[in-house]
Amino acid sequence: MSKLIGSIREAIEACGLKDGMTISFHHHMRNGDYVLNMVLDEIAKMGIKNITVNASSVFDTHAPIIDHIKNGVVTGLECNYMGAKVGKAISEGVMENPVIFRSHGGRPSDMEKGTSHIDVAFVAAPTADNRGNMTGKYGKSACGSMGYAFADAYNADKVVCITDNLVEYPVVGFSIPEVYVDHVVVVDKIGEPSGIVSGTTKITKDPVGLKMAQYAAKVVKASGLLKDGFSFQTGAGGATLAAAKYIKEMMLEDNIKGSFGMGGITKYMVEMLNEGCFKALIDVQCFDLDAVESIKNNPNHMEVSASQYAGVNGSAVNSLDVVLLGATQVDLDFNVNVHTDSNGYIMGGSGGHADTAAGSKLAIIIAPLVRARLPLIVDRVTCITTPGHTVDVVVTQRGIAVNPNRPELKEKLVKAGLPVVEIDELKAIAEKITGVPKPIKLDESKVVAKVLYRDGTVIDTIKKVVTE
Amino acid sequence: MRRSMLFIPGNTPSLIVNGDILGADSIILDLEDAVSPAEKDSARILVRNTLKHLGLKGCEIVIRINPVDTDFWYKDLDEIVPHKPDAIMLPKVNGPEDVKKVSEYIAGIEEKCGMEKNTVKIITLIETTMGVENAFHIAGCDERVIAMFLGAEDLTADLRCVRTKEGAEILYCRQRLVTAARACGVDVYDTPFTDVEDIEGLYKDARFAKALGFTGKVSISPRHVEGINEVFSPTKAEIEYAHEVLDIIEEAKRMGRGVVSLRGKMIDAPIVNRAKQVIEMEKAIYGGTDHE
Repeated sequence: MSKLIGSIREAIEACGLKDGMTISFHHHMRNGDYVLNMVLDEIAKMGIKNITVNASSVFDTHAPIIDHIKNGVVTGLECNYMGAKVGKAISEGVMENPVIFRSHGGRPSDMEKGTSHIDVAFVAAPTADNRGNMTGKYGKSACGSMGYAFADAYNADKVVCITDNLVEYPVVGFSIPEVYVDHVVVVDKIGEPSGIVSGTTKITKDPVGLKMAQYAAKVVKASGLLKDGFSFQTGAGGATLAAAKYIKEMMLEDNIKGSFGMGGITKYMVEMLNEGCFKALIDVQCFDLDAVESIKNNPNHMEVSASQYAGVNGSAVNSLDVVLLGATQVDLDFNVNVHTDSNGYIMGGSGGHADTAAGSKLAIIIAPLVRARLPLIVDRVTCITTPGHTVDVVVTQRGIAVNPNRPELKEKLVKAGLPVVEIDELKAIAEKITGVPKPIKLDESKVVAKVLYRDGTVIDTIKKVVTE
Repeated sequence: MRRSMLFIPGNTPSLIVNGDILGADSIILDLEDAVSPAEKDSARILVRNTLKHLGLKGCEIVIRINPVDTDFWYKDLDEIVPHKPDAIMLPKVNGPEDVKKVSEYIAGIEEKCGMEKNTVKIITLIETTMGVENAFHIAGCDERVIAMFLGAEDLTADLRCVRTKEGAEILYCRQRLVTAARACGVDVYDTPFTDVEDIEGLYKDARFAKALGFTGKVSISPRHVEGINEVFSPTKAEIEYAHEVLDIIEEAKRMGRGVVSLRGKMIDAPIVNRAKQVIEMEKAIYGGTDHE
């Protein structure tokens, strides 16, 4: 039976969306997504108010949500990552209720537990049929994996599939099956695929970034984990990608056959798969169009749900040997902040940061010791994204700090001749260059966001910035 | 001992602040070509403050000042010399008189600041045909001169020939410079390889320079430093052999023997000298100069 419905408005009506309900979106179109804005505009026109938006991530392209917040259409916002544009408005207190931040694993787990309820999920689908089978692998807006959308489709009361490429039933190689879908809407365009690629998915040419990447690769080697069966994840950042390049070279040189590469997948991970470094890629999200092409054509490049990727009750992160991650701040207890910038403004979020750090055998943070004028290492991070006890090593261009709870690892790195220093020494080196920065002023009485750890507990809160 | 010398523009604080972690044995903070005339004063202050406050560690610091045919060179020296860089690199040296002029000016500053004489050394940059022909006289003209460096870009313009990757056009100049420097007992550095992306080409060029007798090579990109260090470092086998040579000589002395042989080969004075050089390099590579 066809589930086609004439428009987004008709779908909203058919789902019975009312004031006070929660709607959800995935972020596979990243900064090229049109769907979130389209749906919110329609809801606003219909006069529905007091909606909570649960989007796996919010990008700069979603800045129109700020007006919907101002006029009361949106009064709640939940996400795993928030770009700087919306982050600025939230940090300045545009919304009365605090934003709820989760991790990529925490979001589906909370839905499964029932602590996060979705009334209507709007799922952008690069290809779909009239009964709601969907895939991201094909179509003019192909985004590859639809990993973050599974939880929404499985757990929401009503599911609306929004596609710009309706094909004859059945979609071959669907990701999300029709049984979860209530309505299918066809629109002109769900997004701009070029927006999938973010600026951070290219290997750095910065000599300092390359230096850190070399150190990180050497840490991986010295840890003893780089052997047959090796599994690996890297975030999309210039230096972490460069580290992946060095690790690849070591694997090829020593003929190491890894098990799997995971994460947001870039072309560099695809190259590692194709050159035999891994048996498989576990792909929750494609970070560039090379990854989209690969997941379509290579059966060893596998799509997984966010729950299978990083869910709390047993998931692939628990089988991960090494993860390379970034940081805006690290403190003396190895807590990491990737939520706020140096002025306290929201400009990120955990994504899979907290999940992979907790699950992996070796979580390595790579970050320059001084960024512009500010030291990386502080007494206490402005916001705890990832708790220090799950972070093993901090790599900077001026030395490598090992968490005191990993003495055996420290010994291995020292033995390998790596420049191991205590974390407070790193702080002192940075402050010798920068001086000790004055603490930023925040309005302690106003919480603009709550950060939920992957188990659902509040790990930290983000305060309103003081603008004047 | 220097294998690699890396140029860092004197007007880029973000690079300067990390200058000592890029792997170069020596960094050259540049006040000349990298800095436009309008920015000469600010770059000079930045470089001065780098020497004064930053405490870069583990590499030698050289400052390339402006040439003597400009009005900048002595202003550069006024700011820089009191803060004791390891050496001044003097560009466009045509003859001993250029070096003498600068050396005397440095001496004046050293005296005024109560510094020991000849604290600040000079590395001469030879990049004119006149400079090449006068290389021997330049290398030996002043106690401060510790090294020469061939700059092929300006030189080929002066030669009126095209600069190529293969470098046939500068072969004579390279050999002339090596011979002059070695004759006077100073180090000698090869011209940068300017294709930043071509790492294979860099290795080839560096190996050729080493084969000609250069002490090391200058680089304009941090990405070339590792390759230069590798090419100009003694190999593990060379280091082991050098230790064996010195051990056996030591033993022969103890036993009162005059003639010694190792693996069937007589060990004579040139072999011993060579072994000593290798051991010196081994020590230097794992040592370094601190700038507190």
